[in-house]
Amino acid sequence: MATSTPTRDAYAPPPRGSQQKKPVNARRQTWRSRLWRFDDKASPYAYIAPFFLVFGAFGLYPLIYTGWIALHRVEMTGLDQMEWVGWGNFDRILHDSEFWTAVSNTFLIGVMSTVPQLLVALGLAHLLNYKLRASTFWRTVILTPYATSVASAALVFALVFRADGGLLNWALQFVGLGDTNWVNGHWTSKIAISVIVIWRWTGYNTLIYLAAMQAVPTDLYEAASLDGASRWQQFRKVTIPSLRPTILFTIVISTIGSMQLFGEPLLLEGGTLGATGGNENQYETLSVYLYNYGWNLGHLGPAAAVAWAMLALLLIIAAANWLIGRFVRKSAV
Amino acid sequence: MRITRTVAGRSRRVAVLATTGLTATALLLTGCSSDSDESDSTGADANGKITLTVADFGQFGYKEAGLFAKYHELHPNITVKEDTTADEKVYYPKLLQQLNSGSGLADVQGLEVGRIKELVDTKADQFADLGKVIDVNEWVSWKEKQATTSDGKVIGAGTDIGPMSLCYNTELFKKAGLPTDRKEVAAKISGGWEDYLKLGEEYKKKAPAGTFFMDSASAMYNAVVSSNAKQYYDESGKAIYKDSPSVKQGWDLAAEAADKKLTQGLAQFNDPWKAALRKGTVATVACPAWMAGQISVNAGDGNKGKWDITTAPGATAANWGGSFLGVPKSGKNVDEASKLVKWLTAPEQQAAVFKAIGSFPSNKGAYELPDVKNAKLPYFNDAPIGQIYADEAKSIPETVLGPKDGIIKDTISTQINNMEQRGTSPDDAWKAATNAIDKAIG
Repeated sequence: MATSTPTRDAYAPPPRGSQQKKPVNARRQTWRSRLWRFDDKASPYAYIAPFFLVFGAFGLYPLIYTGWIALHRVEMTGLDQMEWVGWGNFDRILHDSEFWTAVSNTFLIGVMSTVPQLLVALGLAHLLNYKLRASTFWRTVILTPYATSVASAALVFALVFRADGGLLNWALQFVGLGDTNWVNGHWTSKIAISVIVIWRWTGYNTLIYLAAMQAVPTDLYEAASLDGASRWQQFRKVTIPSLRPTILFTIVISTIGSMQLFGEPLLLEGGTLGATGGNENQYETLSVYLYNYGWNLGHLGPAAAVAWAMLALLLIIAAANWLIGRFVRKSAV
Repeated sequence: MRITRTVAGRSRRVAVLATTGLTATALLLTGCSSDSDESDSTGADANGKITLTVADFGQFGYKEAGLFAKYHELHPNITVKEDTTADEKVYYPKLLQQLNSGSGLADVQGLEVGRIKELVDTKADQFADLGKVIDVNEWVSWKEKQATTSDGKVIGAGTDIGPMSLCYNTELFKKAGLPTDRKEVAAKISGGWEDYLKLGEEYKKKAPAGTFFMDSASAMYNAVVSSNAKQYYDESGKAIYKDSPSVKQGWDLAAEAADKKLTQGLAQFNDPWKAALRKGTVATVACPAWMAGQISVNAGDGNKGKWDITTAPGATAANWGGSFLGVPKSGKNVDEASKLVKWLTAPEQQAAVFKAIGSFPSNKGAYELPDVKNAKLPYFNDAPIGQIYADEAKSIPETVLGPKDGIIKDTISTQINNMEQRGTSPDDAWKAATNAIDKAIG
């Protein structure tokens, strides 16, 4: 029985029911109180255990194993043969001009898609925040692109941006501006990809902003309008400051998202060209670079090194974000 | 707000514990069941019925020729299922992963010639030795050597090969004032690929607006390189593409074609390329046997009879492409699968595939069959393709293959495309190509 083991701490929480009144039940009561204490302390861990089990199996283990692979020479043709190369793979990708092209592409496309996307989302959310007929309908419509899969969106937009007989060129021909080879140009291809990203994610951010806007107390607006503030002034002086944490959240989410940008560039042209981000790697993102290194060329070591480099970049961005946030908060005070 | 912690809620505690337990169990179960579909193949069931799976890419033509149905007729207990991946560049990495993990493999796997050396070098132990089932002497001499390991094990039976010819659009030739008869065209380019470019300049002088002499310079590059025994590797397995005379010749010709704007600069098999064939904006296409099928499918019925086929420029024969069928050892029906491969690659069946989609047989026995010998393509103005390709196939040199042939070829093609489309200078393009190739090989 459990009573034979020494009590862990002298202080036991007062058990339910009185021990003094029913000494016969004393033993049972101690057992119950112990169980109770155990439950109190241990069960929260049991509740969160599933997450950590899943995270360990599908998050932590791959992360560490990827790091291990990044230090070896491993080929797709022989996964069992690993040869220690230490820092070699990192050295290799850091001296590869294509890697830096991919880094700058990722950042450029990230900025080109995130900034307009969040601005448009903010505006749309503001409009949706007014009293509207069939507001649920509009909110649903706004979210529809988000529900589309990357693959289908990218494939449809590939038709839009096609040089030869593409929908966009066809439309541009009416105003005398046809014949742009969108995916071939360095800037035009990035614009094309940003458009797909903006199209897909604007609605998602709109809804987040909308939710935040509805939490802004109405008396603030009432007070503002009493003071004679216009709608625009209200938006600038009341809405935006109240939304600051939400805006920060969407920026973080969008940054992570654009860092992982993969499907859109891969499918824009498809085939070998998609896997190398175009003829001159003009729209190759880091994820596509990783994919091409690992799956097309079959060199898993450098591919794993790219994955870790991406993690490092994200951490740097997060640190920068934090510093800027602290600076802004300090200067605001 | 009041927070109450009820200890009396014993039943709830039980419920939570149970839920946790269930979640854990479910996790374990999903973990265990993930490989339940480990193999597509099934061993013979109680009735002795067997389902064989064939995984391939692009167009092998077995379905089109009705061969799987026929095999089922001949062997009522065997059903063959085909799983086709359109793009070989998607198919091959998946195949490697499956070979690595030993699961998900089909009973029969298609293997492309650009990859066969790599598979022979690194994965031979995972394929059944077909040398015991098929007679390698039935094939054109060099074909089965490509799939044979140094110790004589044969990991793939040859399907088609790609003897080279030239496909041309007679309508555009006529408009540009060039001869349309296939003998006359052949005579004009008999001196080799330089003659072909000269013909292109002649074409350009009177060319109908918006048309180009060739679809892509990379196709011509490929044709030139393929006509040489030594391409990207030497016999010892060393990559020599930087100094290879055939690569240099092909590259210079491609640069010249790009410089003279004789090419539309299309990446082959992409949508714009297909559209160009449909609209009839290209006058010639370097034409390995299987390309004729591609042209007729993509140019469509509207262009039927407008195309013709003649011999490739110059006297040296070339081979571009062609595949193999291999049997992974781990399958449950290795014997039956090997028999199927033997049957599919036998002369009669290769001839049937040729008739259906134009993939040219690699089994010499097929050349004497009427379906091949007397074959004419109505789409191509009744060109006697059986004769053209069989003559060509006999003189194809035995080429030295390397493990990364496919990737090297693709990388160079991309850079040739840059010269055509963007006017990248040949020097810059070559630098970019060698950088990318070194990365791929290293």
